[in-house]
Amino acid sequence: MPIDLIVNGTRRRLEADPQRSLLTVLREDLELTGAKYGCGEGQCGACTVLIEGQATRSCLTKLGALAGKSVTTIEGLETGGQLHPLQQAFLDAGAMQCGYCTAGMIVAGASLLRRNPDPEEPAIRKALEGNVCRCGTYTRIVAAVRAAAATGTRTTRG
Amino acid sequence: MVMADTAVTPFDMGTFGSRTTPIMAAQLRKVAAAARELLVDLAAGRWGVDRSALVAQAAAVAHPPTGRTAGYGELSKGQKLVKAIGDDVPTAPAERWTVAGQSVPKVNGREVVTGRHQYTSDMNRPGMVYGRVLRAPSVGAALVSVDTRAAAEAIGAVHAEWKPTPQPSGAELFDYLRKNPTDAQGESARSGYTAGSVESGRAAAATRLDATYTVAYIAHVPLEPRAAVAEWQDGALTVWTGTQRPFGVRTELAEAFRVPEEKVRVVVPDTGSGYGGKHTGEAAIEAARLAKAAGRPVKVAWTREEEFTWAYFRPAGVIDVKSGASPDGKLTAWEFHNYNSGASGIRTPYDVPHQKIEFHATRYPLRQGSYRGLAATANHFARESHMDELAHAIGLDPLDLRLTNLSDARLRAVLQAAAERFGWGKTKATPERGFGLACGVEKGGYVATCAEVAIARPSGEVKVTRAVTAFECGAIVNPDHLRNQVEGAVVMGLGGALFEAVQFEAGEVSNPKLSLYRVPRFSDAPLLETVLLDRKDLPSAGAGETPIVALAPAVAGALFTATGVRRRSLPLAPKGISA
Ligand code: FES
Ligand code: FES
Repeated sequence: MPIDLIVNGTRRRLEADPQRSLLTVLREDLELTGAKYGCGEGQCGACTVLIEGQATRSCLTKLGALAGKSVTTIEGLETGGQLHPLQQAFLDAGAMQCGYCTAGMIVAGASLLRRNPDPEEPAIRKALEGNVCRCGTYTRIVAAVRAAAATGTRTTRG
Repeated sequence: MVMADTAVTPFDMGTFGSRTTPIMAAQLRKVAAAARELLVDLAAGRWGVDRSALVAQAAAVAHPPTGRTAGYGELSKGQKLVKAIGDDVPTAPAERWTVAGQSVPKVNGREVVTGRHQYTSDMNRPGMVYGRVLRAPSVGAALVSVDTRAAAEAIGAVHAEWKPTPQPSGAELFDYLRKNPTDAQGESARSGYTAGSVESGRAAAATRLDATYTVAYIAHVPLEPRAAVAEWQDGALTVWTGTQRPFGVRTELAEAFRVPEEKVRVVVPDTGSGYGGKHTGEAAIEAARLAKAAGRPVKVAWTREEEFTWAYFRPAGVIDVKSGASPDGKLTAWEFHNYNSGASGIRTPYDVPHQKIEFHATRYPLRQGSYRGLAATANHFARESHMDELAHAIGLDPLDLRLTNLSDARLRAVLQAAAERFGWGKTKATPERGFGLACGVEKGGYVATCAEVAIARPSGEVKVTRAVTAFECGAIVNPDHLRNQVEGAVVMGLGGALFEAVQFEAGEVSNPKLSLYRVPRFSDAPLLETVLLDRKDLPSAGAGETPIVALAPAVAGALFTATGVRRRSLPLAPKGISA
């Protein structure tokens, strides 16, 4: 049975084993390689995508559970060539080294900002605790989320 | 700029040993300067003007008298311009740098934040299939039988029988290292150092101290595990792989498949980090072997568990230190023996008349190799911890003891800078809060770290709450990226200092998962303060490694001031502190 879902705003019909993880389907079948494999057990967050707006570990999510759901990956955060404020904030804060954790961090951060547009540092750390940056850029990532929150607030006020 | 493609770039050793900045950057600067002159020549020829009237700037050549300008790309028109250059190409000294010395942002940052940046594991080739490798459960196990019929389904479905061989376990590790010396003459002979007579230095001392320090095996845990894509065409092999040594991996491949090196091309798309852990070409060889058998391109991407089990680790080690000092804290004797962990950073920067320093190669139970800073992490931990112990025994402040014995001006400068920013000596330690400091020099970089730890009572949970690191590596090339490296090294160092350790039983790694092997996370990251000393008068050294070396001993010192108990093993508090 094919599975229908919405990926980055586009309806996709997938003829794939429902037992496969969303991460492998995104990466191997849909050529969306922004979400990364880092552990396969929900411990690193490199594979984070939004499902119905909620940050989710795609390595632990079975395709079969997603019928009719909407999935947003890092590739879908940009709108009309305009970076998501958090993507821009990561650039401005230099919040990366190897960049392998970055997609997962931004998606998890974007999900937090959606729930809480102006999170303080402890809330940011808590929300991102499941995401590993082995290069150790945590402080910069927190600063980037803070900065994006500030931009967001300005935009809504302005 | 094309980087790390053995078919189109000149040979280089690789990205390790903090060599890029002192060696490669200097070469690139010459090449860039020569290329600029070549482009100026092209423009002069094209416009028929004197080259001295031309200005090369911002990726274009301009002729101010006529207002003409042409971009570099426009001038070279996609041609391959080849020129051999000598060693004497003039380059700008640091005082006259315009781009270097600035915090230029990462070139491919936008690709990264949009998820478009391609790592090896993201690659796809026409007709590519995925390969997996069945591996032994433990070091030294031999394959008895295997039924490969289920291999097409999943590697986990393959039934295999293995015969283990007796192998050491973690509990006996340090005994094992001490009792199994090998005479790998090379490294031990080269790294040894003797001056005066330790015996007489000890005899003259008012305070004598003997102590043993140990460090555990730790894993690099690069967030992208090893990966490679291999493709054969007419007997020639192309492999894309995330490695720190593309030319080294090319040699490995040529040897493995008995083909000349000219038939092998290694391309490094980009690497989800390495930290010294990706010098080798395991995944490259596996992918190439499978691609050969399958007759089509194959991708091999290791799982986290494979990476934890079959990559290599920072070597575990045992270090014995014997010292002596006069009543005013002057070191009189220093004897230092490192078993297995390595010789990097083994020498002491302090002034000691009588010294004996030796590295002892031993047999070792797990695969081991390079790690950020190599053995400098272990040797600095032992040496700096021992300095603290001496200070305590003599009744001196750890900072004063160091300064008393230190004539190296660059090291003194970072030590004083870190102490000043930290406010060293201003606050008294309590059972809940301690302060430590350490310093060192390695690979041309000078570092000092002051750390503050907090111990939650009664849980005993330990947190590094603040780390101030002063670093000096000559003329700073990119201040923001340097800061980023220093911060990252401190955060990574914190894992090895407090809780990281590879556990193993009879040659089998027993914590090969992120859920079992703890790495630093957001909640572990301390308040980081970095003080950079810019020495425009000195050549730039690398900075990826050395900033890691002083953190662990500084944390050990901080724990001591809080608890009064000296911890001599890394990790220092994998389960917190009970007392
Ligand atoms: S790969 Fe999904 S959490 Fe690590
Ligand atoms: S930037 Fe390398 S893992 Fe985060």
